[in-house]
Amino acid sequence: MDALNIFIKSVFVENMIFAFFLGMCSYLAISKTVKTSMGLGLAVVFVLIVTVPVNYLIDRYLLQKGALTWLSNSFAEIDLSFLSFIIFIAVVAGIVQLVEMFVERYSPSLYSQLGIFLPLIAVNCAILGCSLFMQKRDYGNIGEVFSFAFGSGIGWLLAIVGIAAIRERLKYSNIPPALKGLGIAFIITGLMAMAFQSFSGIKL
Amino acid sequence: MANNKKLITMPFSKENPIIVQVLGICSCLAVTVKLQPAVVMALSVTVVVMMSNLFISLLRNTIPPRIRIIVQLVVVALFVILVDQFLKAFAYDVSKQLSVYVGLIITNCIVMGRLEAFAMSNKPLPSLLDGLGNGLGYGIILVVVGFIRELFGFGTLWNMRVLPDSFYKAGYENNGLMVMPAMALILVGIIIWVHRNKNKDLIENE
Repeated sequence: MDALNIFIKSVFVENMIFAFFLGMCSYLAISKTVKTSMGLGLAVVFVLIVTVPVNYLIDRYLLQKGALTWLSNSFAEIDLSFLSFIIFIAVVAGIVQLVEMFVERYSPSLYSQLGIFLPLIAVNCAILGCSLFMQKRDYGNIGEVFSFAFGSGIGWLLAIVGIAAIRERLKYSNIPPALKGLGIAFIITGLMAMAFQSFSGIKL
Repeated sequence: MANNKKLITMPFSKENPIIVQVLGICSCLAVTVKLQPAVVMALSVTVVVMMSNLFISLLRNTIPPRIRIIVQLVVVALFVILVDQFLKAFAYDVSKQLSVYVGLIITNCIVMGRLEAFAMSNKPLPSLLDGLGNGLGYGIILVVVGFIRELFGFGTLWNMRVLPDSFYKAGYENNGLMVMPAMALILVGIIIWVHRNKNKDLIENE
C-alpha cells in the first residue's frame, strides 16, 4: 500500500517537472513532436528505475553514516555521504552509456531522432535529482524506492508527452511573434503546473 | 582585450544562458521563491562554472574525446562538493533551503553546456571569463525572478518586510500564487517575451 501511495504521489503531486522543475532543459528542447518525446520519456523512465535503486543500495551500504558496519563494527563512525554526488553521477553516467549502446543497436531510428540528447540524459537533472531526493527522504525499503523512481519517470513522461501534443497543435495558432517557441512553452508549462496543483493532497 | 570584455557582457542579454541558450532552467525556477537563496545559488553556480571552465580548458588537450563527458562530470562534481561543504559550514540555513539543488549544479546544463561549447576549444583565460559572464547572466534572471516572487508572494525582500502594515490594513493580500511553482514558469515566460520584443533578431520562426 505504501509503495502504491508513493507511486501516485510521485506521478501527480510531486511531479518532477511541475513541482520541482527537474529535467526542464530536455523537456523544452525535445518536446516538438509527440513521437520523439515519447522515446525520450521512455528512456528517462528506464534509466530512472535502474539508477535510483542502485544508488539507494550504494547509499545504504557504503555511504551513510554507519553504513559500513556490515564489514566491521569499527567502521560505525565513518560517514562518506559527502562523496554521494560524485558516486551517484558516476553510476548515472555509466548506466546511460549502457542504454545508449542498447538503443543504437536495437532501434537506430530512435537513436537518430534522439541524437545528442541521449548522452545528455546523463546530465538530465531529473535523473540525479531523483537520486538525491531518494537520499533526502530516507525511504524504508527498496520496494518504496523503486516505486518512487518509476512514478517520477512516469510523471516526467506524462508531462513531456502532454506538452509535445499541445505544441504540435500550437503551430497553427496565432501567437505574438516574440512569444513564439520558448516563451509560450514556458507559459503553457506554468498552466499545466497549475492544473497539476489540483492533485495535491491526494492519498490512497 | 575588447574580445575578453565581450565574453563577460554578451551573456547578460544577447546570449543569456537562461532565456536565449535555454540552459539551466531547472534550478532557476526552483530556488527563486525568495531572494536570498536565489543570490546564493547564483554565486555558487558562478563559482562552479568559472572554476570548471578554467580546469577543463587547462586539461582540454589531454582529455580523450570519447570519455570527455565523464571527465567533465568528475571535475564539476569536485567543485560542487566543495561549494556544498562550504555552504553547509558557513550558511547552513540557506543550504537547507536549497536542499538538493546544490547537488544538482552538477547536472546544471549551463556548466556542461559551457564546457562543451567553450572550454573544450579555448584558452584558459577566455574560458574563465566566459564562465564568469555566463554565471552572472544566469544570476541576473534568478535575481529578477526571486525579487518579484518574494516581493509579491511574501511582501518581504531578503527576509525583511518592505510593504508597510498600512497596505495590509487597507486590504492588500500577499499573492499566494507567486509562491507556487507555476508562477515561476509564467514569470520566466514573460521575461522571455519582453526580452524578445527588445531583440527582434531572437524571435523564432517555426
